[in-house]
This record gives sequence, structure tokens and C-alpha cells, in this order.
Amino acid sequence: MKAFTYQRATSPAEAAAAVAGHHGARFIAGGTNLLDLMKLQIETPGHLVDINHLGLDRIEPTAGGGLRIGALVRNTDLAADHRVRRDYAVLSRALLAGASAQLRNKATTAGNLLQRTRCHYFYDTTKPCNKRVPGSGCAALGGSNRNLAVLGTSDQCIATHPSDMAVAMRALDAIVETTAPDGTARAIPIVDFHVLPGATPQVETVLQPGELITGVALPPPLGGTHVYRKVRDRASYAFAVVSVAAVVAPGTLRVAFGGLAPKPWRVEAAETRAGADAIADAAFAGARTTRQNAFKLPLSKRLLASVLADARG
Amino acid sequence: MPVTRRDAMMIGGAAVAAAATGGNAAVPHQPPAPVAITLRVNGKARRLSIDPRVTLLDALREHLHLTGTKKGCDHGQCGACTVTVEGRRINSCLSLAVMHHGDAIGTIEGLGRPGALHPMQAAFVAHDGFQCGYCTPGQICSAVAMLAEIRAGIPSHVTDDLMQVAFSDAEVRERMSGNICRCAAYPNIVAAIRDVQEAGA
Ligand SMILES: Cc1cc2nc3c(=O)[nH]c(=O)nc-3n(C[C@H](O)[C@H](O)[C@H](O)COP(=O)(O)OP(=O)(O)OC[C@H]3O[C@@H](n4cnc5c(N)ncnc54)[C@H](O)[C@@H]3O)c2cc1C
Ligand code: SF4
Ligand code: FES
Ligand code: FES
Repeated sequence: MKAFTYQRATSPAEAAAAVAGHHGARFIAGGTNLLDLMKLQIETPGHLVDINHLGLDRIEPTAGGGLRIGALVRNTDLAADHRVRRDYAVLSRALLAGASAQLRNKATTAGNLLQRTRCHYFYDTTKPCNKRVPGSGCAALGGSNRNLAVLGTSDQCIATHPSDMAVAMRALDAIVETTAPDGTARAIPIVDFHVLPGATPQVETVLQPGELITGVALPPPLGGTHVYRKVRDRASYAFAVVSVAAVVAPGTLRVAFGGLAPKPWRVEAAETRAGADAIADAAFAGARTTRQNAFKLPLSKRLLASVLADARG
Repeated sequence: MPVTRRDAMMIGGAAVAAAATGGNAAVPHQPPAPVAITLRVNGKARRLSIDPRVTLLDALREHLHLTGTKKGCDHGQCGACTVTVEGRRINSCLSLAVMHHGDAIGTIEGLGRPGALHPMQAAFVAHDGFQCGYCTPGQICSAVAMLAEIRAGIPSHVTDDLMQVAFSDAEVRERMSGNICRCAAYPNIVAAIRDVQEAGA
């Protein structure tokens, strides 16, 4: 690990100002992604601002009948919250399908949204990677890319976003709330939060330097049946190959996919089609596959068919 | 032990001092100033002056010489480093010691000793819940905290009805998936945990 200085912030304003004020500074929440990457010197912050003591660890009802999840709420606590289990079960299910109990006890809501890709070459500092070193090339294009993206990619990067939680939040139309170093608050719909790689795969979200996520707001409950189904290479403690988050209620269908793209993938216009095949065909329009990862499209289609069949009884 | 104002100032002060002397790229080969922290390990307050890079795992093993907690992967992938913080199990390799100033840490050394084993330790012995034993401290710390999670009603990936949490072998296997055993002692580990659960310990 490269040397860094450490600061324990006591308020959101102090934390945002501290990161904005130090070149190369980062927030640290659970640390389960950042420290992993720092050990490999993929991330080399010169200053760490600990945001675990900002009082952002509560889940509270919103005035509009939804729920506000503090940025530092642990994945375990979010999945176990009674209101989330009852009204947003797709979110509990997605969280519980991710990582291990030890990691979920530490991982936070904001950190989970901001976790970085699991592309092997992003982790291998001996290989070119445009996301890690902009302009260096992409070893995955001609290498091992079975687990990488088929939608929303560019010639620069075909990495996926690995979060399970974010896929459920996309189905629920969650809103990411932030505070900037100058104190300005913004509310970012999750659809706009993660950005596609284009020519700048190192840019993964719309967050500005020093902008702190304070929480995530969930709109009022949709009711209906909530399902999160994840296909992975072992039964537990593995990232998704593909996944589907679905909310099925009379007159409402919401479907978001994980493992297919650099962000949770949802195409609202596809949700009004009849049947899993038509929905998937519309949602997957424009897909670009490799020989190794082409299987993800038919697999996702079948997964969706089985999810819808189960949800509709 | 509450975090006192003086302790908090020492943490803040160390960061400020190090930053002022060029903790960033300006002096790349100078290690950052050590930070004074207190960990409450197995009920005892332990004061340390520590490089902020030191993980909780290395603080326990290298600084406090509590070598029961093991380092397997150092990347959150194996569970050998599992300890409890304020009663909750975490991977100590993916946490910084400085982030745990004032926290209560529980390690295998705090659970029991030869002659006075914790019921989970005794059950692992009785069921041969290990071969080489390397993953075992992490398995045992994890298992004790895991049973508390079930008692607290925390659901898992295999819980059918999210509102109804109950013990089962399938629950144990899923909930213990963060602890890898290269010797594959899994069936005996599940048997040991089931015994402790049935004894109501
Ligand atoms: C072995 C292993 C298996 C895993 N399996 C899965 C899996 O199956 N599914 C899955 O979804 N995830 C999985 N994960 C990833 C895990 O979910 C993430 O590591 C975790 O959610 C990150 O949260 P954190 O709080 O620890 O983030 P940190 O590591 O603390 O931070 C991550 C990033 O977010 C930034 N950040 C944190 N909080 C804020 C904030 N409030 N505002 C602005 N920036 C912030 C940090 O600066 C950092 O850049 C796995 C991880 C490991 C190690
Ligand atoms: S796919 Fe993206 S993350 Fe992977 S090597 Fe290419 S540029 Fe890097
Ligand atoms: S050493 Fe911490 S999980 Fe492997
Ligand atoms: S007993 Fe050898 S690794 Fe588990």
C-alpha cells in the first residue's frame, strides 16, 4: 500500500471539504473495495477521509411515503430492515445474494454503488487497461472476457458493474442523494448515476470531486411480487454472471438486469411487451457480444422467463 | 470504552501533522506519522501507535501478537481473518486498525482457552471440524457470530420467507460461505455448528 494520511471526519460538510481540499484524497466507508484495490496499488490515495462517524447510518421514512437509506447503512442492516423486507423485498434479496456475511456486515450502501469492476485485467497491473490507465488499451477485448459486458460497452472498455444491490435499486427507481464540498445538495435518479464508458472508461459516475453520497431514497412501495435471481459460477460468495431484478404487480412490470453492462441495465420501453422473449429482445437491442460472452443473452432471456413464470404463479 | 475527546484529537492531530509535513506525493518515501489508537481486544484496552496502513488483521497479529487470527488471502476472499467488531463478524484484512479506534474486537483467543473451551471450539474438536486447522479460528469466530445473526432474525439468501428466519443446515452452509476450507472439512463443520445450536449455547 502507498503511504497516506488518515482523518476521521465528524460531519458530512467536513468530509466533503477534506476530500475536495487534498489532492488524491478519497472517502473510506466499509473499505472492502477500496482497501482491496489499495493493496494492489490500483488505487493510491494520499489521504483517506473516514466517513463512518457522520451519523449517516439510519433508515428513515420519507415525507412522500418512501424510505431514505443513509449512505453508511451496512448491507446486512439494509437487507434485514423490516420495512425493506416487507415493501422492497427485491432489494433485500439482491443484497443477500452478494458477497459473504462478513463483507455485508461492513459494506455500505454508498460503497456498494461505487464498487469497481471485477474485470481481471483491471486487477492485473501488468496488463493494459483503459479504466485503470486511460489510453493504455484494453486487454479484455482480445483476452478472457467471458464475464464482461454485452450492452452499453465501447471500443475502450467492456467491463461490467458488479453490484447486485444496484440492480434492485434500478428496478425500484432509487434516487442517490449527495452533498458537494460547497454544501449544495443534489438528488440523482439512479438511471443517471452510473455512466457508460464511451471514450472515458475511468469515469464511472456523475459524482464530482469531493461530492459525498449522503443517502439513497426509495420511492413509495410498488407492492406486487419481488424477485431477484442471480446466476453464478458457485452457489454462494461469487459475483453474478447474469442476474434479474423484477417487480411484478397488476399493471406494472419492472425488470433490471445485472452482469450485462457497465451499469444496471433496464429499458422501460421493453417492459410493456408481452412475454419474456419480447421483453428481452427489446431490452437487449444493440448488444455486442464476444465469442466467450455471447451466452449471456440467451441465458438472461431464459432467466427472465423463469422469473416471470414464478412471479405470476 | 468511549472515545474520549483527547483520543479523538490525537487522531485528528496526527492526520493534520502528517499532512502538514507533506503526507502526499511531496515526500513519497517518508512513512506517514503513526496514529495513536486504542483497541478493546477481548475486553482489554490495548493502546497502539500505528502506521495508518496497518490492517486490523496485521495489528492483531504483528503488533499485539495475537496470532490465532489467520491471514489467508488478505483480500476478503477466504474468511481466515474473521473477527468480531462490536459483536459483528468482519474480515479483518479489509479494515484499517485506525478505523477501529475505541471499538471492541473479539478474536479466537477471547472465546476460550485449552481447558476452558468455548462450546463452539469443543464442538469443532468433537466433530473433527478441521484437518490442517488453518481456517479454523476464522470458522469458529464466524460460526459464533452467525448463530447470533440467526437469533437476531437476520435473513439469508436461502431463507424462503424473508420474515421467517430459522436454523437449518442449508442456512448454515449459505451463511458460512464466507469461510473457505481448503481441507473441505465442511460436513463436519456443519455438524459441529448444529450441535452447538441444538445444545442452545
Ligand atoms: C470477495 C468479495 C466478494 C464480493 N462479492 C460481491 C457480490 O457478489 N455482489 C456484490 O454486489 N458485491 C460483492 N462484493 C463487493 C462489495 O459489495 C463491495 O466491496 C462493497 O459493497 C463496497 O462497500 P464499502 O462500504 O466497503 O466501500 P469502500 O471500499 O469503503 O468504498 C468504495 C468506493 O466508494 C467511495 N465511497 C464510499 N462511500 C462513499 C460516499 N458516501 N460518498 C462518496 N463516495 C463514497 C470510496 O471512496 C471508494 O472509492 C464482493 C467483495 C469481495 C471482497
Ligand atoms: S474491459 Fe475495461 S476494465 Fe477490463 S481491461 Fe478493458 S478497459 Fe480495463
Ligand atoms: S485473509 Fe481476510 S478474507 Fe482471506
Ligand atoms: S482445516 Fe485446513 S483449511 Fe480448513
